[in-house]
Amino acid sequence: MTDATIPAATGATGSLLEPDARTRRRNAAEARFRLYGLIAVGIGLFFLAALMISIFMNGAGAFQQTAYTLPIEFRQDVLDKNGTGDIETIKSVKTFAYKPLIREAILREIYRLDIETPLAGAKVKGFSSDLDNLFSDGAPATLRDMVLSDPGLIGQTVTVKLIASSRVDGYLKGRVSRESIARDKNLDAVHLDLVDELRAAGVVAKGFNLAFITGPDASDARPEQAGMGVAMLGSFFMMLVVLLLSLPIGVAASIYLEEFAPKNRITDLIEVNISNLAAVPSIVFGILGLAVFIQVMHLPQSAPLVGGLVLTLMTLPTIIISTRASLKSVPPSIRDAALGVGASKMQAVFHHVLPLAMPGILTGTIIGLAQALGETAPLLLIGMVGYIASNYPDGVASGFLDPNSAMPAQIFEWAKRADPAFYERAWGGIIILLVFLMTMNIIAILLRRRFERRW
Amino acid sequence: MYDNPLTKRQTLTQEVKFSARGVNVFYGDSHAIKGVDVDIEDKTVTAFIGPSGCGKSTFLRCLNRMNDTIDVCRVEGRITLDGEDIYDPRVDPVQLRARVGMVFQKPNPFPKSIYDNVAYGPKIHGMARSRAELDEIVERALRRGAIWDEVKDRLDAPGTGLSGGQQQRLCIARAVATEPEVLLMDEPCSALDPIATAQVEELIDELRQDYSVVIVTHSMQQAARVSQKTAFFHLGNLVEFGETGQIFTNPRDPRTESYITGRIG
Repeated sequence: MTDATIPAATGATGSLLEPDARTRRRNAAEARFRLYGLIAVGIGLFFLAALMISIFMNGAGAFQQTAYTLPIEFRQDVLDKNGTGDIETIKSVKTFAYKPLIREAILREIYRLDIETPLAGAKVKGFSSDLDNLFSDGAPATLRDMVLSDPGLIGQTVTVKLIASSRVDGYLKGRVSRESIARDKNLDAVHLDLVDELRAAGVVAKGFNLAFITGPDASDARPEQAGMGVAMLGSFFMMLVVLLLSLPIGVAASIYLEEFAPKNRITDLIEVNISNLAAVPSIVFGILGLAVFIQVMHLPQSAPLVGGLVLTLMTLPTIIISTRASLKSVPPSIRDAALGVGASKMQAVFHHVLPLAMPGILTGTIIGLAQALGETAPLLLIGMVGYIASNYPDGVASGFLDPNSAMPAQIFEWAKRADPAFYERAWGGIIILLVFLMTMNIIAILLRRRFERRW
Repeated sequence: MYDNPLTKRQTLTQEVKFSARGVNVFYGDSHAIKGVDVDIEDKTVTAFIGPSGCGKSTFLRCLNRMNDTIDVCRVEGRITLDGEDIYDPRVDPVQLRARVGMVFQKPNPFPKSIYDNVAYGPKIHGMARSRAELDEIVERALRRGAIWDEVKDRLDAPGTGLSGGQQQRLCIARAVATEPEVLLMDEPCSALDPIATAQVEELIDELRQDYSVVIVTHSMQQAARVSQKTAFFHLGNLVEFGETGQIFTNPRDPRTESYITGRIG
C-alpha cells in the first residue's frame, strides 16, 4: 500500500530496567517542574496564611469591649428636681448632668472595695472629673436614654453596664501600657492602677462587643462606641440595587449578544468594549456616577441608591462576560435539537440553553456582587464615606435615599482616623467584610453544585 | 428487508415530496453545494453518500433550513416541499421544521426526563389538549422509536442517562412525536455500535411506511441496506442519483464507481 520503508532500529537498544540518559533528563525536567509548582503554591498559601493571621490578630480585639458593672443611683434631685415625673422636665436635663451619677457610683465602689487611689482623695471627693476619663463619653448618654425610655427608674438604684473609655479598653486588651500613656493627657498611671484593682474585684471586664456588629459609627472622641451596623445596612441596600439592576440587564444583554445579535462589526465593537469596561478602574465609574447621577440627574448624594447604580455599572461587564461564557459553553447540539423539533429561537434559548447556563450565570453574578461589596473607590467620589451614619434608616425608602456609608468605606474611614482604637475597629471591620465575602462565595459554590447535580 | 435483493427494490410511490432545483450553498466565499437538482419521494428512504466534506450534510440541512442558524451560510436556488418554496420570505422556518424533523449525528437528548424529551415538541406545537393526550402522544412516539419497552418504567429518568443507541432512538422518537412528513437523519448511526446500528436501521425501514426519510451516511453498506434511492455527492456536486440497486450494481458515472469500490474517498 505504501512505499515508505520501515526505518531500521538505530543504536543498541538498552535494558528496559535501566532508563537511558534521555529518559533520565526528561524525568528530571518533570520533577523540576513539579517542584516549581509546589513552591509557587506554597508561596501563595504562605501569604494567604500571613494575611489571615494578621487580620485576625489585629481585628479580633474589636469584637471585645471593656465595660464596668456599676450600681447607679438615679437621683431625683438631679434628674427631676420638682419630682413631677414630667417627661419634658426630664428631657431638659442634658447628658452632662448624668456624669456625676457615674462618678458617685465608681467612688462608692472604690470605698466599698477599700481601694487606695489618689483619684478618690478628700480634695476631689465626689467631683473628680479625672474619674470621668475612665468612662466612654457615651456612658452618660446611655444612662439618659435609659431614663427617657423608662422615667420610673428615677429614684431607684439599678446595676448598669457602662462602656469604658478606649484607653481603658486598650489597657485591658494590651494595646495601652504605662509607657505608652506617659504623654497622654487623659489618663495617668494612677488610673491604670485603679483599673487593675477594679478588674481584680470584677467591676470592670471584657465582654463580647455586639454593638460593634450592630451599632452605628461614632465620632472621633468615642472610638469605643463605633460599630458597623449602619454601614452594613448601607451595603445591603446597595447590593439590593446592584442585584435588581445588573442581573436582569446583564443576562438580557448577554442573551441578546450571544444568541440573537447578527455577527458584524457593530457587535464586535460592543463585545470589545464590554471586555474593556471590565478592566476600567473603579474610580472612573465613581466619577461617571458623580457626573451623571448626582450632577445631572440630581439624585441625593451619599445615598445607597446612587452607590448601587455606580456599582451596577461596574458589575455589569463581569456579569455579561460570565453569562456569555456560560451560554457559549452550552453545547450547540442542544440548540440544534430544540430547533430541530420546531422550537423558535427564543424557545430554544429560554427552555434549554438558559437552564443549562444557569449555574454559570449565578456564579458570575455572585462573584460580581462580592466584588461590588468590597469596592471602595467609587463610593469616595459620590460621598458615601465620612462620618455620616449615626442613625439607622427608618424605612426602606430612606434606606435607599438617606445618606449612608458602606462597609469598605467605613473601614477606610476608620483606618484614616488618628486614634489607634479606630485602627483596631478597621481590622475588625475587615473581618466582618471577609465573612460576608466568604459566605457569598460559599453560596455561589453551593448553587453551582446544586444545579449541576441535577443531571 | 435484507433478503430483498438490491436490484428488485421498489419505491412505494412516485410522489415527490422535496424538489430541489439549481441549489447552490456558500459558506462565506467557499462554494459548498454546486447546482444540485434532486427529487425526494414520499414514503421512501433516500440515502446521501459521498466522501467527507462533499456537501451531503450541508444539503440535508438546507431541507429544513437548519443552515439559517449559520450566519455566513447562503443558499441559492429553489427547494420546494409539496410544491411550496421553503425559502420564500413568507415561510417561517419554525413551521417548516415542525413538518421536517431531524435526527443528528450525535445523540443529543435534552438534559431532561425521557418523557419531557419526547413531550417537548408536541407541547410547543400545542398538539395535546390534556395531559392524557400528551401521555398518549409520548407513548406512541416512543413505540415508533422502538424504545418504549426499554423505558416505559422510567419515563422520569434523565434522557442523558440512557446508552448511546437508546439515546439515538429517543431522539428519533422525539423527532417523530411532532408528526413530521419528512425525517432527516444526519449520520444517525456513526456514534453507535453494530447492534444499536442494526436496531436503528430496522427502525428506519419501519418509518418508511409513514414518512419520507432522508439519511446521510458514510457507510455504503448502510445506504445499500436501508435505502431505495441513493444520491452520490462529490466535491459539492450531485454526481449521480437513482435507484439504490442501480447505483451500487451499475453506476453510470466513473466517480461513483470509484467511490463504491473504495478507490476515492
